[in-house]
Amino acid sequence: MSAPLSGPGSATRTPGREPARPGLPRTARHHAPITATGLVVKVVLLGLVAGIALWAAFPLIEAGHWIGLGVLVATTAALFYLYLGRRHIPAKYLVPGTLFLIAFQVLPVLLTASTAFSNFGDGHRGSKDDAVVAIQTSSVKQVPGSTEYALTIATKGDPATGPLTFLLSDPKTKEVFAGDAGGLRQLDAGAVTVSSLSGKITAADGYTVLNIGQASSRSDAVTALIVPTDDGAIRSNGLTRAYEGKAARAYDAGCDCIRDSESGKTWTADEKVGSFVAADGERLSQGWKVNVGLKNVGAVLTDPNISGPFFGTLAWNFAFAIGSTGFTFLLGMAIALALHSPRMRGTNLYRMLLILPYAMPSFAMLLVWRDMFNTDFGLLNNLFGLDVDWFGGAWSARVAVLLVQLWLGYPYMFLVATGALQAIPRELTEATSVDGASPWQSFRAVTLPLLLVALSPLLIASFAYNFNNVNAILFTTEGGPFAPDNPRNGATDLLITYTYRLAFGAQGAEYGLAATVSIFIFAIVATVSAISFRRTRKQEEVYS
Amino acid sequence: MRIRTAGVVAVLGLALAASGCGDSGSDKPAAEQSASKATGGKLVIWADDKRTAALKPFAEEFGKENGVTVEVQAVSKDLQTNFVTASQQGSGPDAVVGAHDWIGNLVQNGAIDPVQLTAEQKAGFNETAIKAVTFNGQLYGVPYATENLALLRNTELAPEAPKTIEDLVTAGKKLKAEKKASEILCLQSGQNGDAYHIYPLYSSAGGYLFGTAANGDYDPKDLGVGKPESIAAFQKIAKLGEKGEGALKRSITPENSISTFTGKKCAFLVSGPWAVADAKKAGIKYDISPVPGFAGGKEAQPFVGVQAFYVAAKGKNKALAQEFVTNYVTKPELAVALYKAEPRPPALTAAFDQVKGEDPDLAKFSEAGKNGQVLPAIPAMAAIWDPFGKAEAAVIGGADPAKTITAAGKTIQGQIK
Repeated sequence: MSAPLSGPGSATRTPGREPARPGLPRTARHHAPITATGLVVKVVLLGLVAGIALWAAFPLIEAGHWIGLGVLVATTAALFYLYLGRRHIPAKYLVPGTLFLIAFQVLPVLLTASTAFSNFGDGHRGSKDDAVVAIQTSSVKQVPGSTEYALTIATKGDPATGPLTFLLSDPKTKEVFAGDAGGLRQLDAGAVTVSSLSGKITAADGYTVLNIGQASSRSDAVTALIVPTDDGAIRSNGLTRAYEGKAARAYDAGCDCIRDSESGKTWTADEKVGSFVAADGERLSQGWKVNVGLKNVGAVLTDPNISGPFFGTLAWNFAFAIGSTGFTFLLGMAIALALHSPRMRGTNLYRMLLILPYAMPSFAMLLVWRDMFNTDFGLLNNLFGLDVDWFGGAWSARVAVLLVQLWLGYPYMFLVATGALQAIPRELTEATSVDGASPWQSFRAVTLPLLLVALSPLLIASFAYNFNNVNAILFTTEGGPFAPDNPRNGATDLLITYTYRLAFGAQGAEYGLAATVSIFIFAIVATVSAISFRRTRKQEEVYS
Repeated sequence: MRIRTAGVVAVLGLALAASGCGDSGSDKPAAEQSASKATGGKLVIWADDKRTAALKPFAEEFGKENGVTVEVQAVSKDLQTNFVTASQQGSGPDAVVGAHDWIGNLVQNGAIDPVQLTAEQKAGFNETAIKAVTFNGQLYGVPYATENLALLRNTELAPEAPKTIEDLVTAGKKLKAEKKASEILCLQSGQNGDAYHIYPLYSSAGGYLFGTAANGDYDPKDLGVGKPESIAAFQKIAKLGEKGEGALKRSITPENSISTFTGKKCAFLVSGPWAVADAKKAGIKYDISPVPGFAGGKEAQPFVGVQAFYVAAKGKNKALAQEFVTNYVTKPELAVALYKAEPRPPALTAAFDQVKGEDPDLAKFSEAGKNGQVLPAIPAMAAIWDPFGKAEAAVIGGADPAKTITAAGKTIQGQIK
């Protein structure tokens, strides 16, 4: 789906297609000149769009996704119409971005939201039919005391297309049989050749024997061929052996249940939970995906296991995000201010050294920091002669993760603050000093507000990022330390790491529940960001 | 002018598109042609990096013998999850290689089919290995290697194998007092515990995870964590913890336990066959013995894990996958080659006997795992790891065992469906 949309994104950059310049009258007759480069780029990009659309069309046709194909054709046609014509200039700029927005933002959000209302997860991934097939297949057992046949796959017709027959030989009695969907019949031993080495039939009158290569290319037909017998059915086991097996469990459409022929027990389909459930409450593990409505939302709000630690975690989550953003900003800005001073020498060297933590991969750094906090072997305790159980105590663990965040994050803040400082005219601060303001007053009244105008959106983005910073926690404390009586929720758990444990730590993954909690988190982050952006706008109005 | 430009763009664009699709168009018939020439199907196997390398030559040989194409693809991360997801979408492999404790989850997702082995074939395998891949009375995989924990000791520091954990602690403390070692025992825990490594001690002290159902499988309804036995077991473990003997410590993590042993800072290490390579590389004189239990307690039973081949339920070439897994993997040659790629004891008795002579460690590991417990493959086991490990870490750190284990039991119970 995303593939055909990626072409037009670059189409915006097509030269020679600039919008009508403000100086020129805005009529269709006056256009920017058509250059050869522009034309070539356009041809290449539209060709790419068409190529990608064709590439995406084949799997869609194969799978019979006609709606998907319709969307693909309509999108491609619309793109061609838009970029081959000379009108709709604003649309030419807006469409690629919109397509990307739909493909990479709107669709995933809708998908998450729809998952939140289902029981999708381990044991509930596929359809009911899939579950029935899985239950039946996994209940096939060899009939006790039955023969293990040596199998040869043969046909009376063409090896590639003819209907298949199993040629079976019993290695003990040396009897030979032919079997197909109609049943098993004995063959005349004189009409077949049996290999003395493998015990397999190598030739039979009237049949063409398939070699393993030929047989394997018709794998589905081999697996599908079941020869009915009195006790069960003969099935292939690979391409050289066959056994007589019986499915102990079968689906009965009449009662919409699974019946076990050995014990007589039945499991009735429960469409509310997507499982076959017996009268005594026993559930078959192979279930299917069903819509569970607001059950997941209800679980998040009412299950004490989930909602109990929610607010405590939320409070620390805010503290972590604000702390990570705030401390890195303060340190980064302080260094930027120090290096901004005209009396400072060797600033380039300092800047280079300061960027180093930012240049190293944070994944590796997080792991290194985790080991440095080790009580007995860690660098921190050994270097300073301490005996602090850093990740063992709630507050020391919190301090530790904030320290790591500070180290990882300040170079970024330093970089952006340096950039923003250079944009503030020195005349302004000079003017304040002429007016007799102290450096602190001039910083408070002039530099900081102007810095914040430029940096507020970045701070908000950094806050939103840290609010969901899984790596910072999973690679260091893993959410710990945990109170002895509560292994569900640790002192440094963020909502997202807590959700992760909840959804994937239990008996298999529960995507439905995970999606529900992530919608809650999305709502929290969205609200915080919306409020902050609104406040920033007010600030900008004041200072600009 | 305008129409002409549009026309030029359209024609050129279509030409380009046609050339693009011409490529993919010609791709398909070519593939079909070669397939019909080789007249064989295609078998796709997924394995992790190490095993992929070992499997490749054998897979190619199987392909050549039978006139089929075999592809071994390395999936280096989250093989199980990727396999389940890909199976669901119909883009999965025909066969997969993985640990036996995946079986419960793979079966509940309908991702693998049972395999049918003859009685003779079954007899060729180590009994525990066959038991491990049996789930709900069905055989779901063909095992090729087993693994379990044992006690490695530095024979220069500790010449005698300790008979009980108390002996071990006494010996370790003595070494510590003499400044020959800085730790009594390297048994990895970390801040969040490690259920796999503490299990031998837990079982020796009388604890259990799941009871056994009538058919011999583990019974998720009979959860042992939180029961009085488990509390008693953790009271014994607590005595070895940071507030007790100091033999178990949270500062010994999965990352530093082996390196602390090879750095000669502790004389005893509880680990598996994977630690042997490090010990050899460090030039340590070592010996391997079973993990000792508590004096007067039960035997310390490590978990026995089994690596196995599975037939994917939704593979495109199931018949060929069955052929490969049930008839080819059961040959000792392949098991020996896989052993050479990573030294874990082969599950096939014939292969085990073949490599036993070259590698004395193998027999010692296998001896240590003789009375081991098969790692539970039921899906409920997934709910154990995390809470159990955390309870272990808390107890080692000095928390009250009764309160801690009761809470862990409650959490686990709440997550089992």
